[in-house]
Amino acid sequence: MAQTTTRHITDRKELEKYLVTKAAETRKKILELARIAMGGHLGGALSMVDVTVALYHHIMNLDPKNPSWPDRDRFILSKGHGAIALDPILAQVGFFPEEKLETFNKLDSPFGMHTNAHSTPGIEHSTGSLGHGLAVAVGMALGARLDGATWRVFCLLGDGEMQEGSTWEALMSAAQFKLGNLVAIIDRNKFTIDGPTEMLMALEPLADKLRAFRWNVIEVNGQNMTEILNVFEELPLPTSDVPTVVIAHTEKGHGVSFMRGQSKWHYGAIDSDLEAQAVQEIDATIPK
Amino acid sequence: MAEGMTFTIHDLDMLTQAEVYGKALVELGRQNKNVVVLTADLMRSNKTGEFAAAYPERFFNVGVAEQNLFGIAAGLARAGKIPFASTFAAFASMRACEQVRTDIAYNNVPVKIVATHSGLSMGTGGPTHFATEDIAIMRAMPNMTVIVPADSIETARAVAACVDLPGPAYIRIGRGFEPAAYEDENYDYTIGKSVLMRDGSDITLICCGVAVNAGVIVSSQLEGEGVSVRVINMHTIKPLDREAVVKAAKETRFIITAEEHNIIGGLGSAVAEVLAEEGAAVKLKRLGVRDEYSEIGYPEALYNRYNLDSDSMSRVIAELKEQRAF
Ligand SMILES: Cc1ncc(C[n+]2csc(CCOP(=O)(O)OP(=O)(O)O)c2C)c(N)n1
Repeated sequence: MAQTTTRHITDRKELEKYLVTKAAETRKKILELARIAMGGHLGGALSMVDVTVALYHHIMNLDPKNPSWPDRDRFILSKGHGAIALDPILAQVGFFPEEKLETFNKLDSPFGMHTNAHSTPGIEHSTGSLGHGLAVAVGMALGARLDGATWRVFCLLGDGEMQEGSTWEALMSAAQFKLGNLVAIIDRNKFTIDGPTEMLMALEPLADKLRAFRWNVIEVNGQNMTEILNVFEELPLPTSDVPTVVIAHTEKGHGVSFMRGQSKWHYGAIDSDLEAQAVQEIDATIPK
Repeated sequence: MAEGMTFTIHDLDMLTQAEVYGKALVELGRQNKNVVVLTADLMRSNKTGEFAAAYPERFFNVGVAEQNLFGIAAGLARAGKIPFASTFAAFASMRACEQVRTDIAYNNVPVKIVATHSGLSMGTGGPTHFATEDIAIMRAMPNMTVIVPADSIETARAVAACVDLPGPAYIRIGRGFEPAAYEDENYDYTIGKSVLMRDGSDITLICCGVAVNAGVIVSSQLEGEGVSVRVINMHTIKPLDREAVVKAAKETRFIITAEEHNIIGGLGSAVAEVLAEEGAAVKLKRLGVRDEYSEIGYPEALYNRYNLDSDSMSRVIAELKEQRAF
């Protein structure tokens, strides 16, 4: 049975408030984990939080007590270095107890720099090497259709990851196979490791390219919960025949002033002073 | 060593292999205008950014696109350049495997692949970022020279020595703060010729990469306990120094190989092939990752688990001694 954590909330404003609060909690957890783990992919973790929180808490059909429930929606984190953001969200919605995250990065921990499907309940596929996830998502979506199932596949990609040729092969195939049950999301935070995407290897005009690849393209402010909900609540039916890609315009390092909008914090370590400063800023975003 | 490159442990002690690589490239770039450098969104990790700063017109960062990286490198080599192309070892050997095999090895063009963060050195990065198959893969490609430097000093030697190689090379370096195996660069470094680090008559440790320094420590430790351990730095996996292997088989009673790699297909296998072909009557034990995907952990912990640090190597040898294996 589907178990969104928001099923008890009927008021729209309350729902948004709830999700924004969960996003803030996730950001704080990311910082805590980066501190105890002596480093983490902070920039891209902070940018992906809002969309991922909306999906896991409200949009996707999941049953965290039964991670392999056959009718669940699937989520693949193709930018697998975002595990430090995804794992806390999996804990929030109940795939495993939050305390387990304390082992993050330690010897033999289920949780490390990249997602691990062997050890982490809720992770569908181990990722970390960029440019793999979308093809796997295409395969899952084909499988669903073969079975006449109506679950969706969501796949979150980094914008730097859009520089991988394999991503474009998968894009072509999803349109060719008419996979209306596939939703790709691009975390368009505008930076990779070595600099801004547009200086390194330009992606623009990205929306036009994706349209030329025969996808339904939607652009959204990926840091605005109202807009995110509007988009994901109005997705075309999984039985439709055009895949959808959501370009989530985000900010690398979002929510922490000294990390935002730069490459420097793609990966970084923080001490408790920096963490406290960041937490203060994040707390200020929690709605009363 | 290429003209003008003088690195000593004083210069290199605090530098990672990648930092030394970055510095060596700048020096090579100064000496030879044909040297060009490429990477795929990792100029910070692999320190090719130093070259980028010095010679921006000879530096190409292709974005997160490893297949393109090696294709472009092959083209530059075809156009008379000497390309050094770098990314993580996992992606150089596996993501771009066919570009490396077909465009570089098969076409036999002199691209120098400097693969960083090899073996288990990504630690908490886990199996997607480990490369414990790359020696096996690269060794199976005709024309490819395969080099595993023991430390920073040897990285500088290897990079310089590769410039004049007429064919392709795969140089496999680590991430980080591997302890030095050498004091300075004043030793005979020849591609394909191993270095005798310690002589010994009971057993021989044939090591590459991080295992070399561990082997040297073990040899000193066990000297006091009456076990004489020969340590060979087999920095070139291909072409392998067969002579040194045969000699060890004749002069010592047991051979142990140690590598930050699966025990299948790498240094251990290369040594086993020689021993079998030569009909050598010597026992062999291969240390390394035992045909599994490692769990995560800091590299030091993983080295201990896979018998690649001095403590675990000593323990293995003590056990063998107890079993009267040599
Ligand atoms: C195939 C591959 N090449 C290189 C890397 C190393 N790497 C990790 S993150 C990253 C940059 C990714 O940028 P982007 O997709 O924009 O991620 P984000 O900014 O969202 O963190 C790179 C190059 C990798 N993980 N996989």
